[in-house]
Amino acid sequence: MPDDAIRLPIRGFMTRSFDGRAVADEDDIFALGFANSLFAMQLVAFVEGHFRIDIDSDDLEIENFRSVSAISGLVERKMTAAG
Amino acid sequence: MRMELEEFGEVEREYRAFAAEHVAPHAALIDREERIPREVVDALVRAGYFASGFHTSADPDPVAATIRHGLLHEALGAASASVQGLLNVHHMGGSPIARWGTREQKEYWVPRLVSGEVLAAIAITEPHVGSDAAAVATTATPDGTDYVLNGTKRWITCGQNADVFVVLASGPTAFIVPRGTEGLTIEPIRGMLGCRGYMVAELRFEDCRIPADHLLGRPGFGLTHVAATGLDSGRYNLAWGCVGLARACLDASFNYSRERRQFGSALSEFQLVQQLISRMMTDIEAARMLCFRAGTLRGRRDPAAIKLSAMAKYFASTMVNRVAYDAVQIHGASGVGPDLPVQRYLRDARIMEIVEGSTQILETAIARYGYQERG
Repeated sequence: MPDDAIRLPIRGFMTRSFDGRAVADEDDIFALGFANSLFAMQLVAFVEGHFRIDIDSDDLEIENFRSVSAISGLVERKMTAAG
Repeated sequence: MRMELEEFGEVEREYRAFAAEHVAPHAALIDREERIPREVVDALVRAGYFASGFHTSADPDPVAATIRHGLLHEALGAASASVQGLLNVHHMGGSPIARWGTREQKEYWVPRLVSGEVLAAIAITEPHVGSDAAAVATTATPDGTDYVLNGTKRWITCGQNADVFVVLASGPTAFIVPRGTEGLTIEPIRGMLGCRGYMVAELRFEDCRIPADHLLGRPGFGLTHVAATGLDSGRYNLAWGCVGLARACLDASFNYSRERRQFGSALSEFQLVQQLISRMMTDIEAARMLCFRAGTLRGRRDPAAIKLSAMAKYFASTMVNRVAYDAVQIHGASGVGPDLPVQRYLRDARIMEIVEGSTQILETAIARYGYQERG
């Protein structure tokens, strides 16, 4: 899947989730202070539902969810692994 | 594909027949003795209901499976809120293991959870920590390859009879703690207002040594992912349970208002009684639709499902309090006496607004969703 096809929906989800604020690919969403426990669950549900992948225990690393780029990288790895 | 609740008629009849035969006859005794008889649990196991809700993304029809799961909770809620609570906390404790467990943890626990060999529960609340779960004081101190838990969990549903607990400790980090682990003592709590068959207990961890492979999820994800998975499931289950409990209130009110005569007429002929009945009917139908909507989104793994589950629980739990209150009112003195179940319904209904996110916590959360969505 092309890089943008992964990043764009993630960026869109972030913007919808963060009061319409545009999020740059490298922005640290935890440092920005927007991410809370509600968002954490929604993010997992979004990534799983949109990209048809399963996030599991091994993926639970802050680094995997820190930014649009990080999430995009996780999605790409999971999709590659799933074939 | 669009799905309608009416398509589930057959399974709904199965669940209701089961509840009428195996649960309802024990409901008064469960309330009186504050315990669920083993034969009721065994019947749930034999029927395969411990597996309900444990479907995976590989399920051919996850939406239908999620709705069926809800309908089971509705049927149980109508028969006994306590028994609905047992299956609810089993799912609240079990779903985080099925969702966030390691491969080894899943291989060991999930077949046992699904078969009913073990009953799960979730331990979040503490004597001084309720809604603010991030502030849990139970500590998990790394020691060699183990963790050592110290602290107290209170108001734990099925604390008296669960075989395994998902425990939230500081970090926030979650652990799988089997009953019988050295350093864990369990003290029953009796005399609850309602849902007396919840078999609530206090769990005390005193230098309770937990192997590192009992860690559930990763350190730091115990609340946002592990406990949140359990609470999210619990809200969905409980919302359906509330619909069931409200339906029991309505059924009792229909029957009583037709039989009871005052001033030469059945109560059902009085317009003020009809007003109460119409309000109950509409409330129940609205809650049911909300539960169905939440189930549909959950089955589709839509991110909005978390919001809808919170809304369903919020609406259904406040709804059942209105309905139970009016049911008692229709029954008059009989409604508060010992011979009819409606006083139990009212006591059970009060619990619904407290567990799995209080009404006020859910109001705050739902509003936050709204602001978040509107930007």
